[in-house]
Amino acid sequence: MHFARVIGRVVSTRKIQPLVGYRLLWIEPTDAEGQPSAKPLVAVDTGSYGDDEWVYYVTSREASLPLRDPFCAVDAAVVGKIDSVDRT
Amino acid sequence: MILARVTGTVTSTDKDPELAQYKLLVVQPLAIDGRDEGEEMIAVDRVDAGIGDKVLVSREGTGARLVTGRERVPLQNLVIGVVDRIDLLNTTGSQE
Repeated sequence: MHFARVIGRVVSTRKIQPLVGYRLLWIEPTDAEGQPSAKPLVAVDTGSYGDDEWVYYVTSREASLPLRDPFCAVDAAVVGKIDSVDRT
Repeated sequence: MILARVTGTVTSTDKDPELAQYKLLVVQPLAIDGRDEGEEMIAVDRVDAGIGDKVLVSREGTGARLVTGRERVPLQNLVIGVVDRIDLLNTTGSQE
């Protein structure tokens, strides 16, 4: 999984059936300190992750596993929220 | 698989239910000479690794599903071993 911050949403009403009911988030990948590290991408919200939250996401085949239809055509999904990173 | 060093632990209470039971580590990928290479990432611990340990990380979801026995675990990075030693030919010796 990779670190990211939720920076917005993508609203899409007409979308493929397996995605109905799921929110789409703009996320910006970060490093383990929370600093932006790559270009933003769109990920499915599999829980209820919100604006400015520090989260982690999976890509590729694993992104669709939390959805109702685990064969849905998505390539990134937010799967958890980070409370803290402990270095000691 | 890649070589990495454990650099932290992640606390996450709000997460996908399939991930609920797993300990999350921050791992820093390493080059063959032991230097940091690339971005830190989150990996699930299967071998009770601790901060500072050099570990082997598998980054493939099918393997993660086989190891965990869970078909719908949304997981790619799995710490699958603690590295004791690396032996390389044609270099100045092994690294501990």
